[in-house]
Amino acid sequence: MGVLNAFTSKTDALIGWGRKYSLFNYPFVTACCGMEFMALAGAHYDLDRFGAAFPRFTPRQSDLLMVVGTVSHKIAPVLRRIYEQMTEPKWVVAFGVCTCTGGFYDNYATVQGIDTIVPVDVYIPGCPPRPEMVLDGIMKLQEKIQQEKAGLLVRRTEVLPELPVPYTNRPDFARAIAENAPRRPGAEGGR
Amino acid sequence: MPNTTALPSVERLLPQVRELLGPKVLASHCHRGDETILVAPGEIVSVLAALRDDKGLDFDTLMDLCAVDHLPRRPRFEVVYHLVSLAKRQRLRVKVPVEEKSPSVPTVSGLWPGADWFEREAWDMYGIVFEGHPDLRRLLMYEQFEGHPLRRDYPVNRRQPLIGPRN
Repeated sequence: MGVLNAFTSKTDALIGWGRKYSLFNYPFVTACCGMEFMALAGAHYDLDRFGAAFPRFTPRQSDLLMVVGTVSHKIAPVLRRIYEQMTEPKWVVAFGVCTCTGGFYDNYATVQGIDTIVPVDVYIPGCPPRPEMVLDGIMKLQEKIQQEKAGLLVRRTEVLPELPVPYTNRPDFARAIAENAPRRPGAEGGR
Repeated sequence: MPNTTALPSVERLLPQVRELLGPKVLASHCHRGDETILVAPGEIVSVLAALRDDKGLDFDTLMDLCAVDHLPRRPRFEVVYHLVSLAKRQRLRVKVPVEEKSPSVPTVSGLWPGADWFEREAWDMYGIVFEGHPDLRRLLMYEQFEGHPLRRDYPVNRRQPLIGPRN
């Protein structure tokens, strides 16, 4: 068994090394922090040095959910849906104090920390955080990924609360779209 | 051209407005050059139409429409119309008092199509009904939200999350 354990730890290390330098991020940008995110992704701070600068604007191809900016209760089910659409392995970074705790938006509209909706790996506070802080957060996430022991197996085991019915399955929405969406002439039959 | 900097509290428009509207002007005041009139809810459409179509005043733009909750003062609400004349570079504020019991005002979306979303926002935030509005739904909050969050008696700590823990 000792040989097998040594082998698993080596494969874990290899998988962690591979994963931490190929973070494909999904920028969920809702507010002013987006400007700081752009500065970070640009040439000056160059997030690509860490292998994490290529945004995939589909959750299905990304493994790092960057939640950037204030999340309102109205958009919260959307964030949760996007998290659920991401394939394993996946990590979440809370970018900015609004995503960490709600920040100074302690009011009827704002989610008081996105960790009430999705599990968060790294919190980067600041309003907005300096790019250096975000780089530090990304490096901390890389350390965390390197130390993970799950191998190729599915990593997340949390049971998330159910989505409310109106956002999971709305036949009235589907019908309204089907009936009212503009169509090209001759586009019937799903083409 | 009127001087638009460092205005003293001199009425420039109000005499002309009073002449146009007559007894429909319930009250008026001028503070540091900002001129305001108060009219009854039933008269608001005719008043705004007159102000828009009068060639001398020429208030062609509805810059903003908002509501104010004056609790515990009565009448509790006010709907405020901010008019601008782009050609004449002048502004006028028109206020309408609204009672707390069944608060409603006729819509002005027929005069300015832009009033549509302003009125939806005022309905969403304050619960003021705009009679005759083509599509009076919430604009900012979600449809499951109960109450009107900018009313002064909306509890400051009340949260209505769609998902996640309630507090």
